[in-house]
Amino acid sequence: MESTVTTAKNEGKTWGGGNEPMNASYGKLMMWFFIVSDALTFTGFLAAYGLSRFKFMESWPLPDEVFNHFPFMHGVNAPMYYVALMTFILIFSSVTMVLAVDAGHQLKKGKVAIYMFLTIIGGFIFLGSQAWEWKNFIKGEYGAIETNGGSILQFVDNTGQRIKLADFAVVLPEERVQHTADKGVWFSSESSLPTYSVAEVQAGFAAHPEILIRTEVLYEGTDAQKADKTLHPELNSKIKHKSVLTREASEDMLSKAHYVVEGANLKRNEYGPRLFADFFFFITGFHGFHVFTGVLINIIIFFNVILGTYEKRRSYEMVEKVGLYWHFVDLVWVFVFTFFYLV
Amino acid sequence: MAHAHVSNTKRIWNVFILLSVVTIVEVILGIFKPEALHHTKFLAMNLLNWIFILLTIYKAYYIVWAFMHIEGEASSLRSAVVAPLVFLILYIMFIFLLEGDYIYEVFRDSTIKWNF
Repeated sequence: MESTVTTAKNEGKTWGGGNEPMNASYGKLMMWFFIVSDALTFTGFLAAYGLSRFKFMESWPLPDEVFNHFPFMHGVNAPMYYVALMTFILIFSSVTMVLAVDAGHQLKKGKVAIYMFLTIIGGFIFLGSQAWEWKNFIKGEYGAIETNGGSILQFVDNTGQRIKLADFAVVLPEERVQHTADKGVWFSSESSLPTYSVAEVQAGFAAHPEILIRTEVLYEGTDAQKADKTLHPELNSKIKHKSVLTREASEDMLSKAHYVVEGANLKRNEYGPRLFADFFFFITGFHGFHVFTGVLINIIIFFNVILGTYEKRRSYEMVEKVGLYWHFVDLVWVFVFTFFYLV
Repeated sequence: MAHAHVSNTKRIWNVFILLSVVTIVEVILGIFKPEALHHTKFLAMNLLNWIFILLTIYKAYYIVWAFMHIEGEASSLRSAVVAPLVFLILYIMFIFLLEGDYIYEVFRDSTIKWNF
Protein backbone atom coordinates (compact mmCIF):
# COMPACT_ATOMS: atom_id res chain seq x y z
CA MET A 1 0.00 0.00 0.00
CA GLU A 2 2.85 2.32 0.72
CA SER A 3 4.31 1.67 -2.70
CA THR A 4 2.86 4.81 -4.25
CA VAL A 5 4.67 6.97 -1.75
CA THR A 6 8.39 7.23 -1.11
CA THR A 7 8.98 6.26 2.45
CA ALA A 8 12.65 5.47 2.25
CA LYS A 9 14.86 7.08 4.84
CA ASN A 10 12.45 9.82 5.74
CA GLU A 11 11.58 8.58 9.20
CA GLY A 12 11.84 11.36 11.71
CA LYS A 13 12.11 14.12 9.13
CA THR A 14 8.72 15.77 9.34
CA TRP A 15 9.32 18.15 6.44
CA GLY A 16 11.33 15.76 4.33
CA GLY A 17 8.50 14.44 2.21
CA GLY A 18 6.83 11.07 2.28
CA ASN A 19 5.16 11.92 5.52
CA GLU A 20 1.55 10.84 5.76
CA PRO A 21 -0.77 12.80 8.03
CA MET A 22 -2.94 10.46 10.07
CA ASN A 23 -1.19 7.48 8.51
CA ALA A 24 -3.42 7.65 5.45
CA SER A 25 -2.35 8.28 1.88
CA TYR A 26 -3.33 11.54 0.22
CA GLY A 27 -6.10 9.99 -1.89
CA LYS A 28 -7.67 8.13 0.97
CA LEU A 29 -7.57 11.12 3.28
CA MET A 30 -9.22 13.31 0.66
CA MET A 31 -11.87 10.68 0.03
CA TRP A 32 -12.65 10.69 3.75
CA PHE A 33 -12.98 14.45 3.82
CA PHE A 34 -15.12 14.44 0.69
CA ILE A 35 -17.38 11.95 2.44
CA VAL A 36 -17.59 14.18 5.50
CA SER A 37 -18.72 17.13 3.38
CA ASP A 38 -21.13 15.01 1.37
CA ALA A 39 -22.58 13.59 4.57
CA LEU A 40 -23.24 17.14 5.73
CA THR A 41 -24.98 17.89 2.42
CA PHE A 42 -27.32 14.97 2.96
CA THR A 43 -27.76 16.06 6.56
CA GLY A 44 -28.94 19.41 5.29
CA PHE A 45 -31.47 17.77 2.99
CA LEU A 46 -32.78 15.41 5.64
CA ALA A 47 -32.91 18.21 8.20
CA ALA A 48 -34.99 20.32 5.79
CA TYR A 49 -37.22 17.30 5.26
CA GLY A 50 -37.55 16.93 9.02
CA LEU A 51 -38.47 20.59 9.40
CA SER A 52 -41.24 20.30 6.80
CA ARG A 53 -42.47 17.14 8.37
CA PHE A 54 -42.65 18.66 11.84
CA LYS A 55 -44.33 21.69 10.28
CA PHE A 56 -47.04 19.47 8.71
CA MET A 57 -47.00 16.94 11.53
CA GLU A 58 -50.73 16.24 11.31
CA SER A 59 -51.11 16.05 7.56
CA TRP A 60 -47.95 14.24 6.47
CA PRO A 61 -48.77 11.06 4.50
CA LEU A 62 -48.34 7.69 6.22
CA PRO A 63 -45.49 5.97 4.35
CA ASP A 64 -46.98 2.47 4.44
CA GLU A 65 -50.01 3.79 2.56
CA VAL A 66 -47.91 5.43 -0.13
CA PHE A 67 -45.19 2.85 -0.76
CA ASN A 68 -47.10 -0.38 -0.86
CA HIS A 69 -46.38 -1.82 -4.29
CA PHE A 70 -44.43 -4.92 -5.19
CA PRO A 71 -43.58 -6.17 -8.70
CA PHE A 72 -46.02 -8.75 -10.13
CA MET A 73 -48.34 -8.30 -7.14
CA HIS A 74 -50.77 -5.80 -8.55
CA GLY A 75 -53.37 -4.48 -6.15
CA VAL A 76 -51.83 -6.31 -3.20
CA ASN A 77 -51.06 -4.16 -0.20
CA ALA A 78 -47.35 -4.83 0.40
CA PRO A 79 -46.03 -2.01 2.56
CA MET A 80 -42.25 -1.69 2.77
CA TYR A 81 -41.39 -5.07 1.21
CA TYR A 82 -40.01 -3.47 -1.88
CA VAL A 83 -37.82 -0.88 -0.16
CA ALA A 84 -36.63 -3.58 2.20
CA LEU A 85 -35.55 -5.56 -0.85
CA MET A 86 -33.78 -2.48 -2.25
CA THR A 87 -31.99 -2.06 1.07
CA PHE A 88 -30.79 -5.66 0.92
CA ILE A 89 -29.54 -5.21 -2.64
CA LEU A 90 -27.54 -2.18 -1.60
CA ILE A 91 -26.17 -3.76 1.57
CA PHE A 92 -25.20 -6.84 -0.41
CA SER A 93 -23.41 -4.78 -3.05
CA SER A 94 -21.57 -3.16 -0.14
CA VAL A 95 -20.52 -6.62 1.00
CA THR A 96 -19.15 -7.57 -2.43
CA MET A 97 -17.34 -4.23 -2.51
CA VAL A 98 -15.65 -4.83 0.82
CA LEU A 99 -14.77 -8.36 -0.33
CA ALA A 100 -13.13 -6.81 -3.40
CA VAL A 101 -11.11 -4.52 -1.14
CA ASP A 102 -10.17 -7.51 0.98
CA ALA A 103 -9.04 -9.49 -2.07
CA GLY A 104 -7.08 -6.43 -3.18
CA HIS A 105 -5.10 -6.50 0.06
CA GLN A 106 -4.02 -10.01 -0.88
CA LEU A 107 -3.26 -8.90 -4.46
CA LYS A 108 -5.68 -11.41 -5.97
CA LYS A 109 -6.57 -9.78 -9.26
CA GLY A 110 -9.18 -12.31 -10.38
CA LYS A 111 -11.14 -12.16 -7.15
CA VAL A 112 -11.07 -8.36 -7.09
CA ALA A 113 -12.47 -8.29 -10.64
CA ILE A 114 -15.28 -10.72 -9.84
CA TYR A 115 -16.35 -8.87 -6.70
CA MET A 116 -16.17 -5.50 -8.45
CA PHE A 117 -18.35 -6.91 -11.21
CA LEU A 118 -20.94 -8.14 -8.69
CA THR A 119 -20.92 -4.72 -7.03
CA ILE A 120 -21.65 -3.05 -10.36
CA ILE A 121 -24.52 -5.45 -11.05
CA GLY A 122 -25.95 -4.71 -7.58
CA GLY A 123 -25.73 -1.00 -8.32
CA PHE A 124 -27.64 -1.40 -11.57
CA ILE A 125 -30.35 -3.49 -9.91
CA PHE A 126 -30.76 -0.83 -7.25
CA LEU A 127 -31.04 1.93 -9.86
CA GLY A 128 -33.65 -0.07 -11.77
CA SER A 129 -35.62 -0.64 -8.57
CA GLN A 130 -35.56 3.03 -7.81
CA ALA A 131 -36.84 3.84 -11.30
CA TRP A 132 -39.74 1.45 -10.72
CA GLU A 133 -40.45 3.03 -7.35
CA TRP A 134 -40.53 6.47 -8.95
CA LYS A 135 -42.83 5.24 -11.70
CA ASN A 136 -45.39 4.03 -9.16
CA PHE A 137 -45.06 7.20 -7.15
CA ILE A 138 -45.56 9.45 -10.18
CA LYS A 139 -48.43 7.43 -11.59
CA GLY A 140 -50.31 7.18 -8.30
CA GLU A 141 -53.06 4.73 -7.64
CA TYR A 142 -56.23 6.26 -6.21
CA GLY A 143 -56.32 9.89 -7.24
CA ALA A 144 -57.46 12.70 -4.98
CA ILE A 145 -59.07 16.12 -4.92
CA GLU A 146 -57.32 19.33 -4.02
CA THR A 147 -59.40 21.94 -2.21
CA ASN A 148 -59.19 25.70 -2.59
CA GLY A 149 -56.94 25.77 0.45
CA GLY A 150 -54.54 23.22 -1.03
CA SER A 151 -55.53 20.28 1.20
CA ILE A 152 -55.82 16.83 -0.29
CA LEU A 153 -59.10 14.90 -0.05
CA GLN A 154 -59.11 11.15 -0.61
CA PHE A 155 -62.12 8.86 -1.02
CA VAL A 156 -63.12 5.83 1.03
CA ASP A 157 -66.16 3.58 1.04
CA ASN A 158 -68.32 3.00 4.10
CA THR A 159 -65.87 0.44 5.51
CA GLY A 160 -62.97 2.86 5.32
CA GLN A 161 -61.27 1.22 2.31
CA ARG A 162 -59.69 3.57 -0.21
CA ILE A 163 -61.40 3.78 -3.58
CA LYS A 164 -60.14 5.08 -6.89
CA LEU A 165 -61.60 8.02 -8.75
CA ALA A 166 -62.12 5.71 -11.72
CA ASP A 167 -64.46 3.56 -9.60
CA PHE A 168 -67.11 6.21 -9.16
CA ALA A 169 -66.47 9.31 -11.27
CA VAL A 170 -68.96 9.77 -14.10
CA VAL A 171 -68.12 10.94 -17.59
CA LEU A 172 -69.84 14.16 -18.48
CA PRO A 173 -70.08 15.59 -21.99
CA GLU A 174 -67.38 18.18 -21.53
CA GLU A 175 -65.01 19.59 -24.07
CA ARG A 176 -61.96 20.70 -22.20
CA VAL A 177 -58.78 19.98 -24.14
CA GLN A 178 -55.23 20.37 -23.00
CA HIS A 179 -53.86 23.79 -23.88
CA THR A 180 -50.67 23.20 -25.82
CA ALA A 181 -48.41 25.76 -27.45
CA ASP A 182 -49.72 25.04 -30.95
CA LYS A 183 -53.35 25.71 -30.01
CA GLY A 184 -53.28 29.19 -28.51
CA VAL A 185 -50.53 31.71 -28.22
CA TRP A 186 -47.18 29.98 -28.62
CA PHE A 187 -45.72 31.03 -25.28
CA SER A 188 -48.40 29.50 -23.12
CA SER A 189 -49.35 25.89 -22.53
CA GLU A 190 -50.34 23.66 -19.62
CA SER A 191 -49.41 20.23 -18.39
CA SER A 192 -51.57 17.23 -19.22
CA LEU A 193 -55.08 17.33 -17.80
CA PRO A 194 -56.31 14.86 -15.19
CA THR A 195 -58.52 12.04 -16.44
CA TYR A 196 -61.58 13.50 -14.71
CA SER A 197 -62.73 17.03 -14.13
CA VAL A 198 -63.82 18.31 -10.73
CA ALA A 199 -67.45 18.33 -11.91
CA GLU A 200 -67.22 14.68 -12.96
CA VAL A 201 -65.88 13.65 -9.57
CA GLN A 202 -68.56 15.71 -7.78
CA ALA A 203 -71.32 14.17 -9.90
CA GLY A 204 -69.98 10.67 -9.26
CA PHE A 205 -69.79 11.41 -5.55
CA ALA A 206 -73.42 12.58 -5.50
CA ALA A 207 -74.48 9.39 -7.28
CA HIS A 208 -72.79 7.11 -4.73
CA PRO A 209 -74.15 7.85 -1.23
CA GLU A 210 -71.81 5.35 0.45
CA ILE A 211 -68.64 7.24 -0.44
CA LEU A 212 -66.97 9.31 2.25
CA ILE A 213 -64.04 11.69 2.29
CA ARG A 214 -60.82 11.13 4.15
CA THR A 215 -58.85 14.26 4.98
CA GLU A 216 -55.12 14.64 5.49
CA VAL A 217 -55.55 15.23 9.21
CA LEU A 218 -54.25 12.51 11.48
CA TYR A 219 -56.85 11.21 13.95
CA GLU A 220 -55.23 11.22 17.39
CA GLY A 221 -58.31 10.64 19.54
CA THR A 222 -58.04 13.98 21.32
CA ASP A 223 -61.06 15.37 23.15
CA ALA A 224 -61.57 18.00 20.48
CA GLN A 225 -61.58 15.34 17.79
CA LYS A 226 -63.95 13.12 19.76
CA ALA A 227 -66.40 16.01 20.11
CA ASP A 228 -66.08 16.94 16.44
CA LYS A 229 -69.44 16.28 14.77
CA THR A 230 -67.97 16.33 11.25
CA LEU A 231 -65.89 13.21 11.90
CA HIS A 232 -67.46 9.87 11.11
CA PRO A 233 -68.57 8.20 14.38
CA GLU A 234 -67.56 4.59 13.55
CA LEU A 235 -64.67 4.82 11.13
CA ASN A 236 -62.52 6.87 13.48
CA SER A 237 -62.22 4.26 16.21
CA LYS A 238 -58.48 3.60 16.01
CA ILE A 239 -55.96 6.36 16.50
CA LYS A 240 -53.08 7.35 14.19
CA HIS A 241 -54.84 7.12 10.89
CA LYS A 242 -56.28 9.77 8.59
CA SER A 243 -59.66 11.04 9.77
CA VAL A 244 -62.81 10.15 7.82
CA LEU A 245 -65.65 12.67 7.55
CA THR A 246 -69.38 12.03 7.83
CA ARG A 247 -71.37 12.07 4.60
CA GLU A 248 -72.70 15.60 5.26
CA ALA A 249 -69.26 16.97 6.05
CA SER A 250 -67.89 15.14 3.00
CA GLU A 251 -70.42 16.82 0.73
CA ASP A 252 -69.59 20.17 2.23
CA MET A 253 -65.87 19.56 1.81
CA LEU A 254 -66.18 18.41 -1.78
CA SER A 255 -68.02 21.57 -2.74
CA LYS A 256 -64.71 23.35 -2.10
CA ALA A 257 -62.90 21.16 -4.62
CA HIS A 258 -60.57 22.96 -6.92
CA TYR A 259 -58.51 20.43 -8.85
CA VAL A 260 -58.24 16.71 -9.51
CA VAL A 261 -54.83 15.30 -8.57
CA GLU A 262 -53.55 12.02 -9.96
CA GLY A 263 -50.16 10.71 -8.93
CA ALA A 264 -47.37 13.12 -8.09
CA ASN A 265 -45.29 15.85 -9.67
CA LEU A 266 -43.34 18.77 -8.29
CA LYS A 267 -46.45 20.91 -8.02
CA ARG A 268 -48.97 18.65 -6.30
CA ASN A 269 -49.40 15.04 -5.30
CA GLU A 270 -52.30 12.85 -4.29
CA TYR A 271 -50.64 11.73 -1.06
CA GLY A 272 -50.62 14.90 1.02
CA PRO A 273 -48.69 18.15 1.44
CA ARG A 274 -46.93 19.29 -1.70
CA LEU A 275 -43.54 19.28 -0.02
CA PHE A 276 -43.81 15.53 0.49
CA ALA A 277 -43.37 14.71 -3.19
CA ASP A 278 -40.78 17.46 -3.63
CA PHE A 279 -38.60 16.03 -0.90
CA PHE A 280 -39.14 12.50 -2.11
CA PHE A 281 -37.99 13.38 -5.60
CA PHE A 282 -35.14 15.54 -4.43
CA ILE A 283 -33.61 13.34 -1.75
CA THR A 284 -34.08 9.92 -3.32
CA GLY A 285 -33.10 11.50 -6.64
CA PHE A 286 -29.91 12.93 -5.23
CA HIS A 287 -29.12 9.62 -3.62
CA GLY A 288 -29.88 7.83 -6.89
CA PHE A 289 -27.50 10.21 -8.64
CA HIS A 290 -24.83 9.19 -6.14
CA VAL A 291 -25.50 5.54 -6.87
CA PHE A 292 -25.27 6.27 -10.57
CA THR A 293 -21.90 8.03 -10.29
CA GLY A 294 -20.76 5.29 -7.93
CA VAL A 295 -21.56 2.68 -10.57
CA LEU A 296 -19.70 4.70 -13.20
CA ILE A 297 -16.60 5.03 -11.03
CA ASN A 298 -16.83 1.34 -10.16
CA ILE A 299 -16.88 0.48 -13.87
CA ILE A 300 -13.75 2.56 -14.50
CA ILE A 301 -11.95 0.89 -11.61
CA PHE A 302 -13.21 -2.52 -12.75
CA PHE A 303 -11.58 -2.02 -16.15
CA ASN A 304 -8.39 -0.82 -14.50
CA VAL A 305 -8.37 -4.01 -12.44
CA ILE A 306 -8.87 -6.11 -15.57
CA LEU A 307 -6.13 -4.24 -17.42
CA GLY A 308 -3.77 -4.92 -14.53
CA THR A 309 -3.10 -1.29 -13.63
CA TYR A 310 -3.13 -2.03 -9.92
CA GLU A 311 -1.29 -5.30 -10.38
CA LYS A 312 1.60 -3.28 -11.80
CA ARG A 313 1.44 -0.84 -8.91
CA ARG A 314 1.36 -3.79 -6.48
CA SER A 315 -1.37 -1.88 -4.66
CA TYR A 316 -5.14 -2.02 -4.89
CA GLU A 317 -5.66 1.11 -2.83
CA MET A 318 -7.74 2.66 -5.61
CA VAL A 319 -10.32 -0.10 -5.08
CA GLU A 320 -10.34 0.80 -1.41
CA LYS A 321 -10.98 4.45 -2.21
CA VAL A 322 -13.96 3.84 -4.49
CA GLY A 323 -15.08 1.30 -1.91
CA LEU A 324 -15.28 4.11 0.64
CA TYR A 325 -17.52 6.08 -1.68
CA TRP A 326 -19.72 3.07 -2.39
CA HIS A 327 -20.16 2.30 1.31
CA PHE A 328 -21.04 5.92 1.90
CA VAL A 329 -23.84 5.65 -0.68
CA ASP A 330 -25.10 2.62 1.22
CA LEU A 331 -24.82 4.53 4.49
CA VAL A 332 -26.95 7.39 3.14
CA TRP A 333 -29.56 4.91 1.95
CA VAL A 334 -29.85 3.45 5.45
CA PHE A 335 -30.89 6.89 6.67
CA VAL A 336 -33.15 7.66 3.71
CA PHE A 337 -34.84 4.30 4.29
CA THR A 338 -35.51 5.16 7.92
CA PHE A 339 -36.75 8.68 7.43
CA PHE A 340 -38.83 8.17 4.30
CA TYR A 341 -40.25 4.72 4.78
CA LEU A 342 -40.17 3.77 8.45
CA VAL A 343 -40.58 6.78 10.73
CA MET B 1 -1.27 -0.47 8.79
CA ALA B 2 -2.32 -3.39 10.84
CA HIS B 3 -5.14 -4.52 8.56
CA ALA B 4 -3.10 -4.49 5.36
CA HIS B 5 -2.63 -8.19 4.65
CA VAL B 6 -5.06 -9.92 6.97
CA SER B 7 -8.20 -11.33 5.45
CA ASN B 8 -11.40 -10.17 7.15
CA THR B 9 -13.85 -12.30 5.20
CA LYS B 10 -15.42 -13.85 8.25
CA ARG B 11 -16.07 -10.54 9.91
CA ILE B 12 -17.51 -9.12 6.67
CA TRP B 13 -20.10 -11.89 6.47
CA ASN B 14 -20.92 -11.56 10.15
CA VAL B 15 -21.58 -7.85 9.71
CA PHE B 16 -23.71 -8.57 6.67
CA ILE B 17 -25.86 -10.98 8.67
CA LEU B 18 -26.14 -8.46 11.47
CA LEU B 19 -27.22 -5.66 9.12
CA SER B 20 -29.74 -7.95 7.45
CA VAL B 21 -31.26 -9.02 10.74
CA VAL B 22 -31.56 -5.43 11.93
CA THR B 23 -33.24 -4.44 8.64
CA ILE B 24 -35.69 -7.33 8.92
CA VAL B 25 -36.54 -6.31 12.48
CA GLU B 26 -37.12 -2.74 11.31
CA VAL B 27 -39.40 -3.85 8.49
CA ILE B 28 -41.42 -6.16 10.74
CA LEU B 29 -41.86 -3.38 13.30
CA GLY B 30 -42.77 -0.99 10.48
CA ILE B 31 -45.45 -3.30 9.11
CA PHE B 32 -47.06 -4.35 12.39
CA LYS B 33 -46.49 -1.13 14.35
CA PRO B 34 -47.06 -2.59 17.85
CA GLU B 35 -49.47 -0.26 19.61
CA ALA B 36 -47.56 -0.32 22.89
CA LEU B 37 -44.60 1.25 21.10
CA HIS B 38 -46.41 3.31 18.51
CA HIS B 39 -48.75 5.04 20.94
CA THR B 40 -46.30 5.72 23.76
CA LYS B 41 -44.43 8.97 23.62
CA PHE B 42 -40.98 9.62 24.95
CA LEU B 43 -39.37 13.06 24.54
CA ALA B 44 -41.95 14.23 21.98
CA MET B 45 -41.55 11.16 19.78
CA ASN B 46 -43.15 7.73 19.94
CA LEU B 47 -41.06 4.77 21.08
CA LEU B 48 -41.29 3.06 17.70
CA ASN B 49 -39.57 5.97 15.98
CA TRP B 50 -36.89 6.01 18.69
CA ILE B 51 -36.26 2.33 18.02
CA PHE B 52 -36.01 2.96 14.28
CA ILE B 53 -33.54 5.77 14.75
CA LEU B 54 -31.40 3.87 17.23
CA LEU B 55 -31.30 0.82 14.96
CA THR B 56 -30.33 3.06 12.05
CA ILE B 57 -27.44 4.50 14.01
CA TYR B 58 -26.46 0.98 15.01
CA LYS B 59 -26.37 -0.02 11.32
CA ALA B 60 -24.48 3.13 10.39
CA TYR B 61 -21.87 2.31 13.03
CA TYR B 62 -21.24 -1.12 11.50
CA ILE B 63 -21.12 0.21 7.94
CA VAL B 64 -18.55 2.84 8.87
CA TRP B 65 -16.53 0.72 11.27
CA ALA B 66 -16.50 -2.60 9.45
CA PHE B 67 -17.16 -1.87 5.77
CA MET B 68 -15.42 1.47 5.48
CA HIS B 69 -12.90 0.03 7.89
CA ILE B 70 -12.42 3.16 9.93
CA GLU B 71 -11.52 0.88 12.85
CA GLY B 72 -8.22 0.19 11.07
CA GLU B 73 -7.34 3.85 10.58
CA ALA B 74 -5.33 6.01 12.92
CA SER B 75 -7.39 7.24 15.84
CA SER B 76 -6.72 10.84 14.79
CA LEU B 77 -8.34 10.20 11.39
CA ARG B 78 -11.22 8.43 13.07
CA SER B 79 -12.00 11.36 15.33
CA ALA B 80 -11.39 13.89 12.54
CA VAL B 81 -14.12 12.21 10.50
CA VAL B 82 -16.61 11.14 13.13
CA ALA B 83 -16.52 13.93 15.72
CA PRO B 84 -17.47 16.86 13.42
CA LEU B 85 -20.27 14.82 11.87
CA VAL B 86 -21.75 13.79 15.20
CA PHE B 87 -21.61 17.31 16.56
CA LEU B 88 -22.92 19.10 13.45
CA ILE B 89 -25.68 16.60 12.74
CA LEU B 90 -27.00 16.71 16.29
CA TYR B 91 -26.90 20.49 16.21
CA ILE B 92 -28.63 20.98 12.85
CA MET B 93 -31.29 18.38 13.63
CA PHE B 94 -32.06 19.97 16.97
CA ILE B 95 -32.39 23.46 15.54
CA PHE B 96 -34.41 22.42 12.45
CA LEU B 97 -36.85 20.14 14.19
CA LEU B 98 -37.46 22.63 16.97
CA GLU B 99 -38.18 25.31 14.39
CA GLY B 100 -40.47 22.96 12.44
CA ASP B 101 -42.44 22.24 15.58
CA TYR B 102 -42.70 25.97 16.30
CA ILE B 103 -44.17 26.64 12.82
CA TYR B 104 -46.59 23.76 13.35
CA GLU B 105 -47.81 25.37 16.56
CA VAL B 106 -48.19 28.74 14.87
CA PHE B 107 -50.35 27.12 12.17
CA ARG B 108 -52.38 25.20 14.73
CA ASP B 109 -53.04 28.01 17.16
CA SER B 110 -53.48 30.89 14.77
CA THR B 111 -56.91 32.17 13.79
CA ILE B 112 -56.07 31.63 10.12
CA LYS B 113 -58.00 28.71 8.70
CA TRP B 114 -55.78 26.27 6.83
CA ASN B 115 -58.14 23.46 6.03
CA PHE B 116 -60.68 24.85 3.56
